[in-house]
Amino acid sequence: MRHQIYLAILLPLLGFLFNGLLGRKIKNEKIVGAIGSGAIGLAFLVVLVSFFETVALPAEQRALIVPLFSWLKVGLLEINIGYQVDQLSLVMAMVVTGIGFVIHIYSIGYMHGDKGFWRFFTYLNLFIFAMMNLILADNFVLLFLGWEGVGLCSYLLIGFWYDRKFEKSTTSDAAKKAFVVNRIGDFGFLIGMFFIYLNFNSLNFTEVFSRAGVLSGIPESTFNIIALCLFIGATGKSAQIPLFVWLPDAMAGPTPVSALIHAATMVTAGVYMVARCSILFASAPLALTVVAVIGLATAFFAATIGLVQNDIKKVLAYSTVSQLGYMFLALGMGAFTAGIFHVVTHAFFKALLFLGAGSVIHGMHEEQNIQHYGGLKKYMPVTQRTFLIAAIAIAGIPPFAGFFSKDEILWKAFSHGGFFFWFIGAVTAMFTAFYMFRLYILTFEGKPRFDSAHVHPHESPKLMTIPLMILAVLSIVGGFIGLPHVLAGEHGNLLENWLEPVFKVADARLLRSAESSGSLEVLFMVLSVCIAAVSIYFARRVYLNKPAIADKAAGTFSGLYRTLLNKYYVDEAYDAAVVTPILKTSRTVLWKFTDVKIIDGLVNSTASLFTGLGERMRKLQTGVAQFYAVLMIAGIALALFWLISIIN
Amino acid sequence: MIPVQDLFASAPLLIIGGSILIALILEMVFDSQSSIVAWFSGSALLFTAYWSLYHLYDRGFAFNNMISISGRTQLLFFIVNFAAAVVVMFSMDYIKKIQTNYGEFYILLLSAVLGMMLIAAARDMVIVFIGLEQMSICFYVLAGFRRKNIKSNESAIKYFLLGSFATGFIVYGMALLYGASQTFSIPEYLAHVETLKSNPIFLLGSLLFVIGFTFKIAAVPFHMWVPDVYQGAPTNVTAFMSTAGKVSGFAALITFLSPFIDYSARTTGSAKFFMPFLATLSVLSMLYGAIVALSQSDVKRMLAYSSIAHAGYMLIGLSALSYEGVDGVLFYLVAYTLMNLGAFGIISILETQDEKMLKIEDFAGLSSRSPLLAAFLAVFLFALAGLPPFAGFFGKYFVFVSAVENGMTWLAIVGVISSVISVYFYLRIIVLMYFSKGENTEVVSVPKSALLGVFVVFIMFVIMSAFPQKFEGIIHTIGLLTY
Repeated sequence: MRHQIYLAILLPLLGFLFNGLLGRKIKNEKIVGAIGSGAIGLAFLVVLVSFFETVALPAEQRALIVPLFSWLKVGLLEINIGYQVDQLSLVMAMVVTGIGFVIHIYSIGYMHGDKGFWRFFTYLNLFIFAMMNLILADNFVLLFLGWEGVGLCSYLLIGFWYDRKFEKSTTSDAAKKAFVVNRIGDFGFLIGMFFIYLNFNSLNFTEVFSRAGVLSGIPESTFNIIALCLFIGATGKSAQIPLFVWLPDAMAGPTPVSALIHAATMVTAGVYMVARCSILFASAPLALTVVAVIGLATAFFAATIGLVQNDIKKVLAYSTVSQLGYMFLALGMGAFTAGIFHVVTHAFFKALLFLGAGSVIHGMHEEQNIQHYGGLKKYMPVTQRTFLIAAIAIAGIPPFAGFFSKDEILWKAFSHGGFFFWFIGAVTAMFTAFYMFRLYILTFEGKPRFDSAHVHPHESPKLMTIPLMILAVLSIVGGFIGLPHVLAGEHGNLLENWLEPVFKVADARLLRSAESSGSLEVLFMVLSVCIAAVSIYFARRVYLNKPAIADKAAGTFSGLYRTLLNKYYVDEAYDAAVVTPILKTSRTVLWKFTDVKIIDGLVNSTASLFTGLGERMRKLQTGVAQFYAVLMIAGIALALFWLISIIN
Repeated sequence: MIPVQDLFASAPLLIIGGSILIALILEMVFDSQSSIVAWFSGSALLFTAYWSLYHLYDRGFAFNNMISISGRTQLLFFIVNFAAAVVVMFSMDYIKKIQTNYGEFYILLLSAVLGMMLIAAARDMVIVFIGLEQMSICFYVLAGFRRKNIKSNESAIKYFLLGSFATGFIVYGMALLYGASQTFSIPEYLAHVETLKSNPIFLLGSLLFVIGFTFKIAAVPFHMWVPDVYQGAPTNVTAFMSTAGKVSGFAALITFLSPFIDYSARTTGSAKFFMPFLATLSVLSMLYGAIVALSQSDVKRMLAYSSIAHAGYMLIGLSALSYEGVDGVLFYLVAYTLMNLGAFGIISILETQDEKMLKIEDFAGLSSRSPLLAAFLAVFLFALAGLPPFAGFFGKYFVFVSAVENGMTWLAIVGVISSVISVYFYLRIIVLMYFSKGENTEVVSVPKSALLGVFVVFIMFVIMSAFPQKFEGIIHTIGLLTY
């Protein structure tokens, strides 16, 4: 199956084509849903079989390139369509197809009765197709194709309910915002690609990375520029400062979309890309520091915003931004394995949180404000239990999945970055536990705060709860793939052993080795568990027993509270500093003057020149056959004359 | 005694030849409303197309080197048979719609295909001529197939008059060629190219011969028949003429010019004449086709001018007189055949009994009347305009590259300018289809066979667009087999 990995890409494409072409005619939700989910399920099987085949091989034979065909040759540049099956891409592919499959199943229940049911599955399959291209690509061009493809799908799915209102505007506006902000990142990525081609004469991963692997006179500054350009791309796709503003608005899409695209998979594309280019980043110390600082800052600021939001999906959105920040913090520390580890565990529990939120929204008739929930425990037991599991996992209580990955990141932050990095990270972890349990308690515990005469919450159907249970199991056990050395011994970290060949060169350049940590690491571990536990306890006390404390705190620190509630006014600042000036110059200088006067003037006069020419030249076509013959004769005579003049 | 291997080698020709005879009998035996002839011809064409594809890499000559089955021949067999098979699918309902449901339509179609295949296989001028006449006479009749329609008759007569005129030059050219070389065999020309290329009589003959075929491919200034004939002929016939007909014209040109390609043209003085000559025709065709198409209001007429422009782009590849150029032309021919077939096929579906729906403004709001057809048409038009990632773009790309590599960058620049101009009239239809509302809101009824035809073309086209380098590789490989 390893050599047929393209099947895992082809199947979603076939599902997309089938539902896209026939979905509107079929109308039967069962068939559309079965085809859509089945395609992803089969793709997951293909990846799974490939994974086990790869495991069976000795480590040095595991990486494999499956070339398909050459798309275009232009001089030295040859663009191939080929896929790379290695340890890193397999891990990502399993997460994408596995969680994708579960979310597809969930969507059959969630989207039941929607008039765009077939459209939803069409887009979702297209997304998986694009995402698999991104992950499995063996060159930058194909990766970029997937990168743009997931961006397109994200746009289509955020604006899926294009006729609905979202906050102050419409879902289409949210979709456009996501698209435009991502374009800024993509621009950086493209520039990065150009620089790579300029310096390495290739866009193939194997060639670029092997040329970068041997120090061949390319100065560090070049690496810094390349890595920073690529990182700009990553900040767009993975919602980091300064381009994170689109992700909270992306919650306008249906909740399964938020779970799949805006939590578990697409937003981690930036992390994957940086990890894939680990050698480029490892050779660029400045860029690596920037990655770490941006990651840390994003993690912290997003977590503080998450503390006060009242929309269930908004809290989760900021939490996603914050967790993505953790991943970049890990990458910036040169701990690529830790970053990927957190991608995996985060995919489990964040998908679960979103799907749980979807289940709540479903049961509460589209209500999303957590202040209007409360006491849902007795109405939705499955949702409540699974949500609690996910909340514990993200808060970092052992032995749930999030604990191990987050702790590894914090430990790396301390050992490679120093106390400051660890401290901010730990404070962020404290906030995380707090806002997550605030969310959990306000939703499920306490007394109902909704009008129980009109609103009758109910548990979701099996199609939706079974996916929740699957993800809950994964959120509990998912962390065991990356046990720390202190607990599991020198070679006990499965994920680290597995990914070691991929990051070997980068690790060597950073002079990192799998060092043993000893008692200090245990101390930090205990410390972070304590932080999380205390935080949860506080959340419980405040929101379950004495809700007044929260209001009082908001009153006392009203300035801070409003700043957080309004997300540090970043949207407003961007509006004032970027959007409005651009709109104004566009309107006055670019549109009314440059475009209308200069460009349109030029274009229109050129166009009228040619149409005028056309009008005149068509008169040659008289319709008289004799005239046509005369013209032919004239042509032949001229040609003969020309030839004879050459011969002589 | 004819050797068996010669018979086997020429199997595609024999299959089509035999099919014509069987179709004649079927047409006599069965009732005139029966579609048995259509089914039979369609299957024969598809079978032959498959046969040639299967034997794509065969090599060899037959009948005393008069025909060749090597390399390009099989590819050209495939294109014309495939195109004809698709045209059969378009025609089954179309000729009923225009009330000319006569079985001889398919027989004429098969005969035309036989002529085209003879041209493609010929390595002897006499065979080229027989094929040309066989094809042209069928076309004259087919163009006037709507016998009670005055425009169709006009187009047939004009085509016949001017076509015979062009044939006259071809024959005269052949006479001169024979006079200069005492042979009609193209391999012989190749063998003696060093002496022939400085023979003025031979060059004069060559020029007349080439001009005769530039008439068939509709290059300016020998294009005058094209708009009138394409517009007047039944749409399915136009689809066939504008694709397979053009393929055959290029096939003859490539075959005849092959002695001049590459090694000889570089060194010789006078034979070099063909490079600037073809380049001039190319420039005239591209610009004239693109500019005049701007001011057309009839779709078929617009596509006629567009086909003139496309002949110009393909002439770029030919005028380079290099192997890469010829490969580019062949790639372009396949892509062009597919996109033009698709576009004309859709027009033939939309056309009403009384020849309505042929004005460009009739396409307004088509996307709501028939989303599927509108989407297909949009793809074909984008491709004709040469926008990536469709095969039309790669066709242009390959011929432009060959021009640049052979020191004719200016020609590629003219090509790009003309492409830019032509984008306007293709996109105009797309804009109308999607962004304006038409008065006509009735849903289009789409006959199944024609839709299948469009679909088959579309699939082929998508595959070609996805794997351009692979196709180019195949064409290059079989090009090497040709010599």
